[in-house]
Parts: sequence; C-alpha cells; structure tokens
Amino acid sequence: MSGNDYQSPYTPNTDHDRQQMLEAIGVSSVEELFKDIPEGYTTDSLDLPPALSEPELMAYAQELAASNMVPGDYACFLGAGVYRHHIPAVVRQITGRSEFMTAYTPYQPEVSQGTLQTAYEFQTLISQLTGMEVANLGMYDGSTSMAEAALMAARITKFDRISIMDTVSPLYREVLDTYAQAPGLKIDTFTSSQTELEEGTACLIVQQPNFFGYMEDMTALSKLAHDNGALLIVSADPISLAMFKPPGDYDADIVVGEGQPMGVPPTFGGPFVGLFACKQEYIRQMPGRIVGKTVDTKDRTAYVLTLQTREQHIRRERATSNICTAVALIALMSTVYMSSNGKRGMRHVAELCYHKAHYAATLIDDLPGYSAKTDETFFQEFVVECPLPPSELNEKLLDYKIIGGLDITAQVPNGMLVCATEVNTREEIERLAGALAEIGTGK
Amino acid sequence: MNPPDLKYSKEHEWVRSESDSVVVMGITEFAQDSLGDVVFVEIPDEDAELTQGEKMGEIESVKAVSDLYSPVSGKVIKRNESLIDNPELVNEGPFEQGWMLKVEIKDASELDNLLSADDYNSFLKSGA
Amino acid sequence: MTSLLEKFELNRRQLLMERSSPGRIGTTLLPLDVPESELPDSAILREELEMPEVSEGDLVRYFSQISQFNFSIDHNFYPLGSCTMKYNPKLNDEVASLPGLAQIHPLQPESTVQGAIKLLWELQDRLAEITGLVGVSLAPMAGADGELAGMLMTRAYHLERGDTQRKKVLIPDSAHGTNPASAAMAGFDVVSLPSDADGNTDLNAMRAAADDELAALMITLPSTLGLFDTNILEVTQIVRDAGGIVYGDGANLNAIVGRVRLGDLGFDVIHSNLHKTFTQPHGGGGPGSGPVIAGERLVDYLPLPIATRTGSDNNEYFSLGTPPKTIGRMGAFHGNFGALVRAYAYISTLGKEGIPKISEDSVINANYILSQLKGYYDLPYDRTCMHEVVFSARNLKRDHGVSALDVSKRLIDYGIHPPTMYFPLIVEEALMIEPTETESKETLDYFIEVMKTIAQEAADDPDLLHNAPHNTPNTRVDEARAARRPNLRWRRES
Repeated sequence: MSGNDYQSPYTPNTDHDRQQMLEAIGVSSVEELFKDIPEGYTTDSLDLPPALSEPELMAYAQELAASNMVPGDYACFLGAGVYRHHIPAVVRQITGRSEFMTAYTPYQPEVSQGTLQTAYEFQTLISQLTGMEVANLGMYDGSTSMAEAALMAARITKFDRISIMDTVSPLYREVLDTYAQAPGLKIDTFTSSQTELEEGTACLIVQQPNFFGYMEDMTALSKLAHDNGALLIVSADPISLAMFKPPGDYDADIVVGEGQPMGVPPTFGGPFVGLFACKQEYIRQMPGRIVGKTVDTKDRTAYVLTLQTREQHIRRERATSNICTAVALIALMSTVYMSSNGKRGMRHVAELCYHKAHYAATLIDDLPGYSAKTDETFFQEFVVECPLPPSELNEKLLDYKIIGGLDITAQVPNGMLVCATEVNTREEIERLAGALAEIGTGK
Repeated sequence: MNPPDLKYSKEHEWVRSESDSVVVMGITEFAQDSLGDVVFVEIPDEDAELTQGEKMGEIESVKAVSDLYSPVSGKVIKRNESLIDNPELVNEGPFEQGWMLKVEIKDASELDNLLSADDYNSFLKSGA
Repeated sequence: MTSLLEKFELNRRQLLMERSSPGRIGTTLLPLDVPESELPDSAILREELEMPEVSEGDLVRYFSQISQFNFSIDHNFYPLGSCTMKYNPKLNDEVASLPGLAQIHPLQPESTVQGAIKLLWELQDRLAEITGLVGVSLAPMAGADGELAGMLMTRAYHLERGDTQRKKVLIPDSAHGTNPASAAMAGFDVVSLPSDADGNTDLNAMRAAADDELAALMITLPSTLGLFDTNILEVTQIVRDAGGIVYGDGANLNAIVGRVRLGDLGFDVIHSNLHKTFTQPHGGGGPGSGPVIAGERLVDYLPLPIATRTGSDNNEYFSLGTPPKTIGRMGAFHGNFGALVRAYAYISTLGKEGIPKISEDSVINANYILSQLKGYYDLPYDRTCMHEVVFSARNLKRDHGVSALDVSKRLIDYGIHPPTMYFPLIVEEALMIEPTETESKETLDYFIEVMKTIAQEAADDPDLLHNAPHNTPNTRVDEARAARRPNLRWRRES
C-alpha cells in the first residue's frame, strides 16, 4: 500500500472533504493549523511498521496468541488471586452490547440510565454478597482496592500505622507499599501468633481465604482489631462468599476483593474490577464512583452519580482519591454473572470448587514425596510440599499438557500453591496427580 | 434581606448575640444562594474550640465544597443537629432553621471585627 | 389504578431482586464429577445468600431493555472535550477476545506466555517512538493511575538526590482535577499556575514559582483549552533549569500524535490514555489504561513490570523485568492487558501512514467547528485551536437566561451527547467540544446546524431548553436528593 492512497477505515474524511473544510476555516493548508508548534520540532516520519490490513493483523495476532500455552488447551492449576470459572454465555453477550461497551462515564444521567441502573444493581449485589451496607462501583483491581481501603482507614481513624497479615497475597502487599510510601504510613506485618496491634494502628488487613487458600479465624481477628481501636479490612474472594460467612457477619469495616472470578476471563491480569464495600457510616470517606437512586422532574425513578464532592473533579488535591475510573463494564460482567448463576448457582459453583480442590488435595497427599496441607480448612487452593523444586516440576508438567500450581518456594520450601475450581475436570485432576507421581519418582 | 441586628463576616457567615457571652452563627442568604442545593454540612461537635477566621467545617452542594470559617473564637455549646439529616434547612432558612452553632465566645470585642448589615450589603454590592 | 402504560414504565425499571422468583435460574448447573468431601464446620458457613433468581431469557431482555437507555459511541456523536470519544474499531475487540490472549493466566511461567509478553514489548516500543521518550511501563490502569506513577517516580528521583525540600508541584489552573489529586496522593503540595490572556502558561508566574522547592510541573499539551502552548519550550526549560521534572498529561495526545513528540519538547515523563487516543472502549466509565512513559531522567524509576527482549530475531526471548530503582507495583499484575491488546491492534492497523492522520483530521474537524460556530457562541480564546475548541454560552446566559447546561441537555434531543461543560474551570459557561477524527464532515455539519438552531431556540423559547431533554427515559434528575439522603442499593421492604 503506498502512503498516498492510504485511507484509514476509521477516518471518514477524504482529501476532498479536507480541502472543503480548510477553505471554510480560511487556511490554505493543514500545516497552518499546526503553526503553534515550535519550528523544527515537527515529526517528519515516525519509525513505525506500515499499516496492516485486517487479515494481516489478525494473522499476526493469532501467531502471537498461538505462541502462548493457553489454559483450556492445558489443564491449569493456577489461582493466587485470579481464578478460572465457567462464564455463562449471557455474560459476554450482554456486556458485548455496544450500548454498554461504548458508552462514556455516566455524567449525563438522562442518556446513561442503562449504565447507572446496572451500576446500582452491582452495588446492591456486592453489598449482599459481602454482607455490607454499601458498595461502590469498583476500583481498578483487588490490589488497589485493598491499598485504597488502607488509606481510607487512615483517614477515618487519623492513625498512620497499617497492620497487614503475613498471609495476605505478596503481590497485594507490594501494591500497598507503593500506595503507602508517599503518605508516610508505617506498615506492620501481623502474624497469627500476635495478640495485639501496635498503638495507633488504623486497620488490620486480612485476606479470606488467605493467600495460601486457608480460612482465617475471622471472629477472633475482628475482635482483636476492634479491641485495639483499628478497623478490620477484609480482602475476600467473592466466590467463597457464596459458601462461607460474609464479612458483614463478623463486623468487618471495609471489604475489598477481586471481582475477576465472577465472569471475567484471566486476560493475563486485567482489566478486572476491585470490589469495595463498607459500613454506611464511612461512605463519605470512600474512594471511587458511587451511584444513587433518586427521581427526575416528573417524579420517576432515576439513578445518578452521587456523593461527587468526595472526588477529584470537585475537591481536587483534597479528594479521597485521584481515581475517576469506575470499571463499569467489568462490574457489569460480574453483575450478569451473579444474576445468571443466582442464589442457587453461586452456592453451587462455590461448593464444586471446594470438592474439586479437596479431591485434588487428597490425591496429591497420597503421592510418595508429596505432602498437601489439609489440617486446616481450605476453599479452592492449598499448599503442597514437593520432592522437587516446583519450577522444575512445572517445566515437566507442560509435557503432560498441564500448567501447574504457583511456585511459592519463597514462602514454603519446595511449596506449590495448587488451585482447582469447577472448571478443572476429574480427568485433569487425576492427570495432575499421575504426572506429579511420575515426575516425583523420576520416571 | 440581611437582618439589621446581625453581624457579618466577609466569608458570608452571620452572628447573632444571644447574651454578652453567647452567640448563634450560620451562613448568609447570599452564601446559600451561591452554593445552590446544600447536600451536606460538616460542623464541629459540642465543646470544640473555635478561633476567629479559622476553618471550622465544610459545606457541600451537589458539585462544590466550601470551607466554613469561624466568625468568632470560643467554645461550641450547641450545634444544629437537624442539619445532619436535613441540610436543605440551610437553603430554606439560612438565618432561622438553618443556623449552625451556638458558641460561648471568649472575647466580645472580636465582634467589632465583623461587619454591620449595612457594611455587609455594601460589601456584597462591591462584587466580592 | 395504574394504567398499562404506567405499568410498562414501572416494569422496565424493576430491579433484578424485584424480578426474582424463588426457584428460577439463569444458567445451567455443572454436575459434580468427583467424590464429595465433608463440608467444614457449619459455624463458618453461610446460611443465607440473597441473589436474584431470574431465567436466562428474562435476564437478557432486562439488560437489553435498559441498555437502550444509554447513549453510546456506536449510536451517537459525542463531542466530549478532553475525552476523545472516537469510534472503537470492532477488529480490536476480536483480537482481544482470542482465547490465546484472553484466557492466559497472569502468573503463568514466562516461557508459556512468550506471545503475550512480545505483544507488550512491541507496544512499549511503539509508544516510546510515538512520544519521543525512552521507557514505558504499561502497568497503570487508568490515566490517573499513570499520573500517580509519574508523581511517585518524581518523588523517588528527588529523594534519591537528597532534594527533600522539593515538595511543590505546579499545575495550571486549566488542569483536570486528577492532576492535583494525583500530586497530593504522591505527597506533594499543589500550587496553581495561572494562564495568560492567550491561554498559554503565564511565564512570569512560572519563573517566580521555579525555585529550589519545585518538584514538578504537571501540564497538559495541548491544554484543556484546546490550545497549543506557544511558550512550551520556555516552560520546559524553566522547569528543568530549576531542577524540576516536567510531567505531561497525555489526555490530549490525539491533537499531536504523529505531528510532534512530547519527549522532543523537553518532557521527562507522561502518561497516555489508551482509552482516548488508542480506542479502548470506555465501557460506561472503565476500564481504562494509562501507561507511564519516561525519558532518561526517570526511566529507572518506572513501575514494574517492563517487558524486555533478549536474543536475536530468530532466537528471541521475552521476560517481565523490574527497573533498577522502581517505585514498585501499581496493581497486582501487568496492567490492563485487554486494553493494551486493543491499543496494539489499533496502532498496528494505522501504522506509520495512519497515526499522523489522527491528529491531522481531529485538528481540522475542531477548527471547522470553531469557524462555523464563531459568532453564535462566545469564543474566549479566539485563535487556531487543536483537537478541541472551548466556547462559552455566557452570551446566551446574559441575553436569554440559558446556560451551558441547558444547551447541553437540548443537544440530547437531537441525538447528540452533550459536550464537556463547565470545564475548564477558568471559562464561565464553558462548552468544550472535541469532535475527534472519526467523525465525517456530514456529522459535523449536522452538529453545527443543531448548535445554531439551539442558539436561536434560546432566544425564541428559553423554556424549551430549560426543560430539555424531552425524549429520554428520564428528564433532569434530582441530584440534591441523591446526595442528601444517599440510597445506594436495593433493600427488601420490611
């Protein structure tokens, strides 16, 4: 394709149109419109590849995709914050509607009731799932929800110490470190043997189930946090909440979590949606977008972005956060996921995960040289101590068309974090156990 | 429209003397009108100590936040609890049901730093 | 008695929990194919979960019906200033949906995701070339997230040099609210910088503020007034001479992409909103993507991860690396990969030939609107604009009591999304119009005709505008009521 005939399918105007418009503007060339750019700074030509046609691009993208090993083709036992669950067809069909997908942020309520009403549905369902009074319209991901919750706790309590359990995801902990550096918050690592928090602690952050897949004693931790004048922040897996007691039941103050397990493909890590719920009394300290119910001038039900004075576009440097994203489309995926699975399906999926993971743990624990930690209650993932370094095992598992569990040698010697959800079939689980047995005994 | 018996600050607060040592305060008609629909009022608790000219709280309309400055120094002895659930009272009657705080003042001479109704009216006319 | 028509109206606004009927379900249940294990102690199990019980067909109809209450770029023209609401190519969505890209897990070993990391590496390379800077982190998940990253990098840079007194960040008074909010989150004190009468940065104020406490200038180029700051070289020089960092908000990159590179103008670090310039669909407010792009001074501080390549063309290997002085992680994984794939597909489709056409056509389109509406609406800065033009409705307000809000709401009746209003804050009754390059002359001509008609309607029948819009599912809503007594979720009536 030569440069001169180039016409992008995304820009309708032809040279003829441009000429007419330039005449109407009263200039003789496009260059005149760019005359404010300092002389000598105009880019002549970018060092970019030539334009690709649709089939050329698709072929190249398929080539890139084909050089990945893809869960589905491979049995995959990775979890650690991103979980594979079956996504009902309606989720993609509904969220693929361009009315939702290509709409802007709903600043104009009269032309955004679709987005706003589904947002209110999301807030309702997340509140119900977490057992909390209110939820916002979502943060970037679970990790930034957790970091923002810590900042919020510091604002509420006016304390500057953050206590975080050592069983919280190390990746989440890193994000908290990023967010805490500038405000000068001190982060203390809390272990389950401790019985009190440092003086002046804003919050205790607990993950449920924890990073290793096991259930924490939330009743005791909640009491400990509150006895020490700290808020309790819980980072919860949403699917587990369909089966286990919700944080509202043990008096959590702020609940965060990763929404991805509900209807969102793993997508190499994003876009996801960070869940964020809290007690009603704290709503004015909440970050993020919030939708409220109201009426229009004819007294009909309507929804609108509300409590906007917390936000950056009004309060600027004194805002509760700089965020102006509500990951509305991903929140919608979760909303459709929750509503299609419904009351019965949500619990069913959770129980399937529980049984699959326990079946896998039992099989692996029986293998010579392997030990699965099954003395504590776990949900859908568990720790296995392996006879070989997990990195070596994982390399060899690929020959069995298996992507193994996460290598957690840094936390547990020769430790592998194995996850099984409802999408892992019995055949896959047995294939994993068989492969581990063969590799472990050097066959 | 600005009652002649009150004192005013340039930050658009009014002060009414109830006795030599007790005043009531709120924001003016001009202030409520500029703000538009008031949706949230954050005012200090009882026993809070105020200093003349310093920030004492915030008032929010749908799309703006404004600081409230204390027109006098002293201790809060009562606050208008109805504003917490019904912030629209500020719009409906800024000088009456929309009052904010009752304060025991430290130094009655501070009131001399405030404007009379006439002076406040001229101040508004000057476009400030 | 509720009439049938009223009932229809009420029914379609019914919420999921109100549509719920015990026993219904919206999907199939997968059977259990392994032995059941004993459930844990019931003390930690959930007793009751409230979730909707609705059939699949009813769900689809509900969501489809309320989707129709939205305007969207596939249905409507959005001349929404500084938001760059351009057409979102369908091809990009198809590429992003390839199972080999959508189904991969972020914690897979690097050797199993070579194609994905290669894509990230190529996108980094393209963005560096387009912006004239040297290093890219794709990790930030929105524009504001990129700003936070850039400000934290600035902080780390000054701290490492022992410049602990550098706490001041200058931000023009025309800036987007995220700029001061991001600077504050990174621990800086914000100082507002005035614009001069031409809408450029006020150089005298700039010089006066450029002292040894200066940490950075955060500036949008072109500005939110839609103007290319003709003082820009002096501005970046003053900041750098004072030891400060020049931060560029890439919100308006659409105006200059392929035409001038911020790196060449002396910027140290910028973010690029991939959901604006590079067509990630807005999704009703997100997801976004805001890669942070740095020059030599800040490249070592970028957030992790950075895709890197080793080996030669036939034997290349891609890894996710950590910059030597990194500020850390902005999110748990590698940024919003789905958005990155779409941006990559878009840049590849346009290529060397197409990228410069973005700015060319967006600037022609904006100036065309300027030339045709001048005289009908006030033009506070009467000079050649870039990709957007800021008008003021103060003439209508003065003459007919019609506000920028009224004009905006009336546009809805003509099927056009309102422009950005009341922003930038320094223009009263602002109407900020950004047509983008993906709109045809015919669409612009229709918009121009509508805007002229509305100006006439303002004179003839102001109430028509005060009460607009007229044909939407809701008329104007009571925002004060929503904020005074927040109702943020459905609750069962007791």
